[in-house]
Amino acid sequence: MHSFGYRVNTLLTFAITLLGFMCGIASFSDNFNNPTPFAQVQVSNINWFQKQPSGNDEVSLKLNISADLQSLFTWNTKQIFVFVAAEYETPKNGFNQISLWDRIIPSKENAKFSIHISNKYRFIDQGSNLRGREFNLTMHWHVMPKTGKTNAGKLVMSGYQLPKEYR
Amino acid sequence: MRMLTRQKEKKREKEKGRRERERERMEWIRESVASVRSIQFRQLLTQAVSLGLIVTSALIIWKGLMCFTGSESPVVVVLSGSMEPGFKRGDILFLHMSKDPIRAGEIVVFNVDGREIPIVHRVIKVHEREDTGKVDVLTKGDNNYGDDIVLYADGQRWLHRHHIMGRAVGFLPYVGWVTIIMTEKPIIKYILIGALGLLVITSKD
Repeated sequence: MHSFGYRVNTLLTFAITLLGFMCGIASFSDNFNNPTPFAQVQVSNINWFQKQPSGNDEVSLKLNISADLQSLFTWNTKQIFVFVAAEYETPKNGFNQISLWDRIIPSKENAKFSIHISNKYRFIDQGSNLRGREFNLTMHWHVMPKTGKTNAGKLVMSGYQLPKEYR
Repeated sequence: MRMLTRQKEKKREKEKGRRERERERMEWIRESVASVRSIQFRQLLTQAVSLGLIVTSALIIWKGLMCFTGSESPVVVVLSGSMEPGFKRGDILFLHMSKDPIRAGEIVVFNVDGREIPIVHRVIKVHEREDTGKVDVLTKGDNNYGDDIVLYADGQRWLHRHHIMGRAVGFLPYVGWVTIIMTEKPIIKYILIGALGLLVITSKD
């Protein structure tokens, strides 16, 4: 009943249960954070706009991105994954979402930034539907915890209309 | 003469007593052996039942999780560093597979034809058909330079719904190392299973 093995087993079970419980509490405490993130994304220029040999439209954009995501950080935050996506509708697809740029923010100090950058991932449509197409720019973030549940959020920017002709 | 008979009688008496005691002892041994035998048989049975209980309850928990999360493998272990620094090798992810549409930014676990091990990467592009709801998805590892087209099967450019096993909703660090060590060093697995089995069989409770 009170052998060494029995005691070790009890101690280990208790320690693991406690650790799991604390992980749960840490994850739950994220709910008390009311973040007030700020973000602004604008298309400053169209580098080029073409139809690929395969028949798909492709556009290259220059983006102005500024954001302050410091309030998203809590003590249980490992990092924040932030990305800007173009979201639009075409006759073929009811929903298209293309990530144009992303970044991993490892700490609160790096969560306030302002950059001027070309799209990191290619903006290619399925088909040739981009001329004159209007799309929404949305900044999404995924807060990755040290332990527990992942939280996500987004801010939708004003739309942008692509030119009617290739260039 | 008289002395002699008395001595003899005494001796006989002694002999008799000894034989009696010996018989008693034999009886006792036989009884105790029988009782020990029956106890061991019962104990063995209870131990087999408790072992079966442990195995079946583990199975019930796993299958229950499968029902609850809607994913065929509710918990996965991260095996590569392609999602670092978010997910390191040995971290555990909890998956959830709902009917909700797949969207960019979500971390999904997918199977590629011809590849045995599922991959955990982030969705960067989504094209969804309005009428059929068919969806084309492109993924990328946070720590990888390029997207995942090179990882897909030959000629495959997009992932579809049936490739995706679930999306990661929760995260627990380090715990997965146990399974990584056990799959990479099977001897440790056998030792562990043997020791646990022995513990269950020898425990008196």
